[in-house]
Amino acid sequence: MVTGRAIKHRDSALWLAAMVHRISGLALALFLPLHFLTLGLAIEGEARLESFLRWSDQPLVKAAEIGLVFLFTVHLLGGLRILVIENFDWRDGQKQLATLAAALSAIVAFAFLVRVF
Amino acid sequence: MNVRLYLWQRATAAVMAPLVMVHIAVIFYATRHGMSAADILSRTHGSFAWAAFYGLFVLAVSIHAAIGVRNILTEWTPLPERRVDACVVFFGLVLAVLGFRAVAAVVLW
Amino acid sequence: MTTELSVSLWRGAQHGRYETYRVPQRQSQTVLDVVTFVQRHIDPTLSYRFACRVGVCGSCAMTVNGKPRWTCRTHVAKVAGDGKLEIGPLENLPVIKDLATDMQPFFEKWRQAKGAFAPTQTRNDPIAQIKPDTPSRKAAAAAIECINCGVCYAACDTVRWNTEYLGPAALTRAWTLLNDERDGGNIARLQAIAGAGGCHACHSHQSCQELCPQALNPTAAIAALKRRTAAAYLKGEIKV
Repeated sequence: MVTGRAIKHRDSALWLAAMVHRISGLALALFLPLHFLTLGLAIEGEARLESFLRWSDQPLVKAAEIGLVFLFTVHLLGGLRILVIENFDWRDGQKQLATLAAALSAIVAFAFLVRVF
Repeated sequence: MNVRLYLWQRATAAVMAPLVMVHIAVIFYATRHGMSAADILSRTHGSFAWAAFYGLFVLAVSIHAAIGVRNILTEWTPLPERRVDACVVFFGLVLAVLGFRAVAAVVLW
Repeated sequence: MTTELSVSLWRGAQHGRYETYRVPQRQSQTVLDVVTFVQRHIDPTLSYRFACRVGVCGSCAMTVNGKPRWTCRTHVAKVAGDGKLEIGPLENLPVIKDLATDMQPFFEKWRQAKGAFAPTQTRNDPIAQIKPDTPSRKAAAAAIECINCGVCYAACDTVRWNTEYLGPAALTRAWTLLNDERDGGNIARLQAIAGAGGCHACHSHQSCQELCPQALNPTAAIAALKRRTAAAYLKGEIKV
């Protein structure tokens, strides 16, 4: 377009929520094949899967898992907000709902962090 | 996106909402109890319930993720529509194949 | 001693650049006042569009400091706290010159969404008695005040990313007609908005609803359209 600059209204909470939803979905979609391949290690025997689980105990992997839990939860909650918009009568307070979804996801990810560290 | 793809995407989303919540609970349970591979596999092995649960999850996510990625490719890349459709069908199939293989791995092996 | 605004205006067409002008700041000044000052006192070659200048026609919509707005209803004091203004033509539309865009694609999508009334009666029939408090009339009334200013269309990222997308204004108009009990074109209309560029392309970013100067809610109208088209598709009334 003409200006090629970012449009200012992208500082809106709802635009950000939509972007988080899209990026989290994409990240999860790219992660899934890896997840399936890992679980498929069980075909090679329990010891093989066990050695992977031990490998994944290291802090960097656990940090990545915390990120994944956040993405998973935020994608779920954001998706629920969209399903509500699309299937029920309009309700105001969308910005608050979007913020709540992000906050709850952060809490869940934090709870996971506490468990694994 | 058209009405048909929309319905498939939203329907699989609705199906997965409870599955995702259960899966998060499973993740928390497994990490809380520091479950080893042996612990996990002893519970999933031969379990029709886990096979059905995760089998449904794999089917739904393969469709849902493929349509979602389709939206991203059509809106954010210059790829022509036919190429996009081919890519996402392939991606959906990859997810389904790897996913069912993973379910089989933990239930049958 | 008046303070001066530093005003960057888009000059050119699809290609061009921002040029900066110094404009005296005045009390209760609107962005339209600023643009008019430049054209009358500094550079008469500046092209821009306006008509009523009192917020009822929608002609003066431009991108002001990154947001599409009616320039006649935008007080400089509200948006240029640091004395700087950047004004460009509306996004998502071809630029004719400087601040004036070609609204043709916007209206073409209006037509594609079947945004025109399809009559079922003639002048010889009695006037239809429409009760104002039925749910469908209320739904239509809530969405009908669109004056085609293009702000929602310029604000919408889905319009930006998806050239087929009909856009919030066209879809909102389709929604009002779907709720008009006198209209006879609903199957064709639902069919028109259920395809590739139709209502399902909307991601509910809600930029349209946040920026509409008439306080309309295209996001809500489009959500309702998603329900209607889904029902029609499942009943076999429309195909994809």
